[in-house]
Amino acid sequence: MIGKKDVEHIGWLARIKLSDEEKEEFTGQLNTILDYFAKLDEIDPGVAPTHHVSGIENVFRDDVMKESLSQEDVLRNAPRKEEGFFKGPRIV
Amino acid sequence: MMNVSEMKRRMEETSAEEMIQSLFDKIERSKLNAFITLTKEQALEEARKADKNGASGLLGAVPIAIKDNISTKGIQTTCASKILKGYVPPYDAHVIERLKAEGAIIIGKTNMDEFAMGSSTETSFFGPTRNPHDLNRVPGGSSGGSAAAVAGGEVPIALGSDTGGSVRCPASFCGVVGLKPTYGMVSRYGLISYANSLEQIGPFGCNVEDVALLLDVIAGHDPRDSTSHVVKKKRYVDELKDDVSGLKIGVPKEYFEGVDKDVEKAVRDGITLLEGLGASCSEVKLPHTKYALASYYIIAMSEASSNLARFDGVRYGLRLEKDKDWHTTFSEIRAEGFGEEVKRRILLGTYALSAGYYGRYYLKALKVRTLIKQDFENAFKKVDVLITPTMPCAAFKIGEKIDDPLSLYLADVNTVPMNLAGVPSISVPCGFANGLPMGMQIVGGHFDEGLILRVAHTFEKHAGVA
Amino acid sequence: MKDVIIGLEVHVQLNKLNSKLFCGCSTKYHDSGPNTHTCPVCLGLPGALPVLNRTAVEAAIKVALALNCEIAEQTLFYRKNYYYPDLPKGFQISQYDYPIAINGNLVIEGDSERNIRIRRVHMEEDPARLVHKGPIEKSKYSLIDYNRSGMSLLEVVTEPDLRSPKEARQFLNKLRNILEYLDVFDGYLEGAIRVDANISLAGGARAEVKNISSYKGVEKALSFEIVRQKNLMRRGIKVVQETRHYDEARGVTISLRTKEEEKDYRYFPEPDLVPFKAKDGVPKIKETLPELPDAKRRRFVEQYNISEHHAKVLTSELKLANFFENVAGKVDTNQAATWIADVLKGELNYRGLGIDAFSPEHAIQILRMLEKKDITEKGAVQVIRTLLDEGGTPAEIVKQKGLIKVGTDVIARAVEEAIKENPTAVQDYHAGRNEALHFLVGQVMKKTSGKADPDAVNKLLREKL
Repeated sequence: MIGKKDVEHIGWLARIKLSDEEKEEFTGQLNTILDYFAKLDEIDPGVAPTHHVSGIENVFRDDVMKESLSQEDVLRNAPRKEEGFFKGPRIV
Repeated sequence: MMNVSEMKRRMEETSAEEMIQSLFDKIERSKLNAFITLTKEQALEEARKADKNGASGLLGAVPIAIKDNISTKGIQTTCASKILKGYVPPYDAHVIERLKAEGAIIIGKTNMDEFAMGSSTETSFFGPTRNPHDLNRVPGGSSGGSAAAVAGGEVPIALGSDTGGSVRCPASFCGVVGLKPTYGMVSRYGLISYANSLEQIGPFGCNVEDVALLLDVIAGHDPRDSTSHVVKKKRYVDELKDDVSGLKIGVPKEYFEGVDKDVEKAVRDGITLLEGLGASCSEVKLPHTKYALASYYIIAMSEASSNLARFDGVRYGLRLEKDKDWHTTFSEIRAEGFGEEVKRRILLGTYALSAGYYGRYYLKALKVRTLIKQDFENAFKKVDVLITPTMPCAAFKIGEKIDDPLSLYLADVNTVPMNLAGVPSISVPCGFANGLPMGMQIVGGHFDEGLILRVAHTFEKHAGVA
Repeated sequence: MKDVIIGLEVHVQLNKLNSKLFCGCSTKYHDSGPNTHTCPVCLGLPGALPVLNRTAVEAAIKVALALNCEIAEQTLFYRKNYYYPDLPKGFQISQYDYPIAINGNLVIEGDSERNIRIRRVHMEEDPARLVHKGPIEKSKYSLIDYNRSGMSLLEVVTEPDLRSPKEARQFLNKLRNILEYLDVFDGYLEGAIRVDANISLAGGARAEVKNISSYKGVEKALSFEIVRQKNLMRRGIKVVQETRHYDEARGVTISLRTKEEEKDYRYFPEPDLVPFKAKDGVPKIKETLPELPDAKRRRFVEQYNISEHHAKVLTSELKLANFFENVAGKVDTNQAATWIADVLKGELNYRGLGIDAFSPEHAIQILRMLEKKDITEKGAVQVIRTLLDEGGTPAEIVKQKGLIKVGTDVIARAVEEAIKENPTAVQDYHAGRNEALHFLVGQVMKKTSGKADPDAVNKLLREKL
C-alpha cells in the first residue's frame, strides 16, 4: 500500500505538481494497479532479464561529422529565447 | 472504405487532386474526429504536381494519414497532448522519408490516446475519436484516429504505432487490417517514444495487400536506430499467395479465457475455415501468459516515466505565463500539460524504478519478459503461426471504462505478449457481432511477416468478412 | 594533513573526436554562437535516437588501458534520471552497472610517489552549458546553449586516496598529461575538464563539491573546503553531508541542494542503445597505444643520460617531450635538457605560452652558438626573450643586438685599460682583497658591453696582475 505522502514524493521525483484531489484520487488508483502488479510476486524466475528483445549487439556509427540544424530551426519551437540562447527558469 | 488499387484507378479516371479534394470534403463533414491536423494545402499541391508530372513510386500520389506521434517536418506533431500543442518538428521520421520517397501524399495527422497511452483514443487532448461503425463507441486505441480514418473511408492507408496492441486493437474495433512488425523491422527514428523497447510503427489498410504494400515501403534498416535490424529486403506483396496448405496453426487456450462468446466463435470459425483450406490446427501452451499484462505495464510505464521527462517547456511545448524557480516551473508545466492517464503512468513508472522497488517491479518484469519470449520460441518450434482473438470484446461505449484504468488495461491482455517477445502479429476482421467488427490475430515468429501476411491474405479472400 | 580524505570524479571531454557521442554534430563549437552545433538527438527532440560513436568507445578504452584498468567483457548504457535545465531529455545517458572499465591506478609524483586507485571509468554524454547573468543564486533566469550537449565525456572516479588539495591537483595534471599523450583530449579548450570532489576531514561528514572547471580551481576549492570544515569543527558545529557548488569567480563553495540524491536517479538500461563487447576491441587498441609519460621519462633518463628532474619536466607535456627529442639529436643532450626544461620553459610560463610558440630549429641554433662559445649564456637568454617577444631569427637577433662574444684581443686591451685606470683596486688585490678582483672583472665587462666571457676575463686579469 502506498499513501498520499508517497504519491506526493513520486510526484516530486516526476516533476508533476499534484493537487490535493489528484493526490487523493491517484493514491486509490495507484494502489489498485499495484495490487494487480503484485501478481508477479507469485513467481521468481531464475532467468536473466530481457533488456533488449532484439538480441542485437555492438551497433556503432563512424566518427563522422554531419550537418547540424540551423540556429533558426533549433529555436523555432522555443517558448522563450534570448540572443540565440534558450531561456530557462532560474536555478534557485 | 477504399483500398489503394481502387484509389489509384479512380485517380487515373479523374485526377489525384480531385480524389484528394474529395477526401478532405469528406473529412470536413465527418463526425469521427479522426484527425488532429490536416495538411490540405500541401497535399493538394503535391496532388497537382503528381497530376502534372505523373505519379511515381510504390505509393505514387496515394493519400496516407499519419498517427500524431510520428515526427513530420514542418507539420505540427502533438501526441494528442496539450504539452506538445504547436510543436513543429524540424525533421522527418524515417518512415516519413520513406513514404515521401515512394510518392505518398500525407493528408494529415491522426488522433490518438495522449502519448499512445490507452486503448480507446479517449484520452486525447483534442477529444475522443469515434468508431465509424457506431459513433457512440470507441475506435480502440491508441492509434484510433488512423484506424477510424481508414474504416470511415477518409483515407485508404494509415500509419499507427503499436506498443502493446495500439495498432491491432483499433484495427479489430474498426474492422480494418493492422500489423505490428517484428521489433527492429521498422525504424523508430522520429517516433515519439512511449515505451522504446516494446513499440513499432505499423501499417493500417482496408485489406491485407495494402498493409503488405505499406510495410514494403516502411520496413528496412536505418542506421539512426540502433535497434533496427539489418534484414534482407523482400517485397511482402509478392508473398501474398492464396495458400495455407500444410500450415501448422497453434491455438493457445490462454488467449480465449475471458473472451466474449461472439468473439471466440468468430475466431474459432476462422481457424476452421483455414483448416478447410489445408492448414492443420493444434493446441499450444504459452504458460506465462497470465503474467504478461503486469510485466508489460511495468516495463511500459517505467520507460515512459523517463521518456516523458524531456517535456519541460524549455526547447518546445507548453510554457506557463510566468517562470518561477526551475523545479516549480517544470512541475507546474507538466501538471498543466499532461492528462490524467499520462500522469498516472508516469507516476507508476517512476515508482517502479525508484530505489527499493526496482527489483520487485522493473527487474522482475524483465525476467518475466524472458519467460514470455521463451513461451513463443517454444511454441514456434511446433507450429508456424498462432491464432487468437485480437481483443476479448468488440468496441465498447465511449466513457464506459475511462474511469476504471485497470479495466482498460485488461483489454490489452491478448496483444501485449507479442510486444514483450518482439514477434510480429496482424489483426484481420473476422466477423461482426451486433453490427460491430471483431478481429482475429495471427502471430508469427521473428521476421515471419511474409508468412502471417500470407495467412491473413488467404483468410481474407475466403472469409468475405468486409 | 593526514586527516584529509579526498576522492575525485573527473569528467573529461573527449574533445578531439570529430562528432559528438551519439550524433553527428561537430565537436568544434568553441568559436561559434550558441545553439549552432545541435540536431534532434543532442537537443533531445521527441523521437530522436542515439547511435554510439565507435571512436569514442575506442578512446575510452585507450584511456582505461593507460590507467591500468580492467576492461569490461560486455558493457551497457543506462539512463540516469534527474531534472535540470541543462539536461535536454530529463535523463543523462551514462553508465551504471557494467561500466566500460574498473579497478585501475595512477601513480602521482609529489614529494614521494603515491599510488592512487581508480575505481571506475565510464562513458556518458555532456549536458548543455548554462549561462547565468551574475551569480547563480541571484540570476533571474538561465540561458541554455546546447552546443556542448551530447559531447563525449569520460568520468574517471578515484578511490578516496588523495590526502591534500595539492595531491588532487597533481592527480589532475598527471591525468591530463596521459590524456594528451593518448591524443584524445585538448586540455586548453573551455569545458575540457570538470571535477566533482568529495572531501572530508577526520571526524566529519563528507561534502561533495561540484562544478570545478579548472586545474587551479580544484586546489582552491578543496583548500577553501578544508578551512570551512575546520572552522565549523572548531566552533563545535557539525559538518553535514551535502552538495556544494564551487563559485570559481569568488573562490568559494556554496550550499546548493537542488539535484536529486543518488538513490533517486532511477537508473535503468537505455532501451535505445544495445550492449557491446568492449573487451573484443582491446588487443587492436593496445597496438595503437603510444608511449606513456612514465615510460617516456624512464627512457629519457636512460637514452639521453639526463637528470630525473629534467626528464620529469620534459615529459610533463607531450609537446614538450617531442620538442626536446627534436633538439636533443642535434646538440649536447644535457645542455638541451637544461636549457629547455629550466630556461625556455620558465620564459614560456612567464608569458603564459605553450611550447608551440617556439621553434625547435631556433633552439638548435641557439644551443649551437652556445656550444661554440659564440654567445654567452646571458646572450642566449636575451635571444630567447627577443624571439618570444618580437620574433625574428637567432642569427638576426645576435647581429642586431651585437651579442657575438668579443675576441681575446679586445678582452686583453680592456684588461690593460682597467688595470691602468684603477690603481687602488690593483693595490687592494695584491693586499689580498678578493672583492677587488670582482670589481676589476666588472670594469672589463662594462668596457666590453657584457659580451666578454667572464671566465676568460677572470683568467686574464689574474695573469696580468
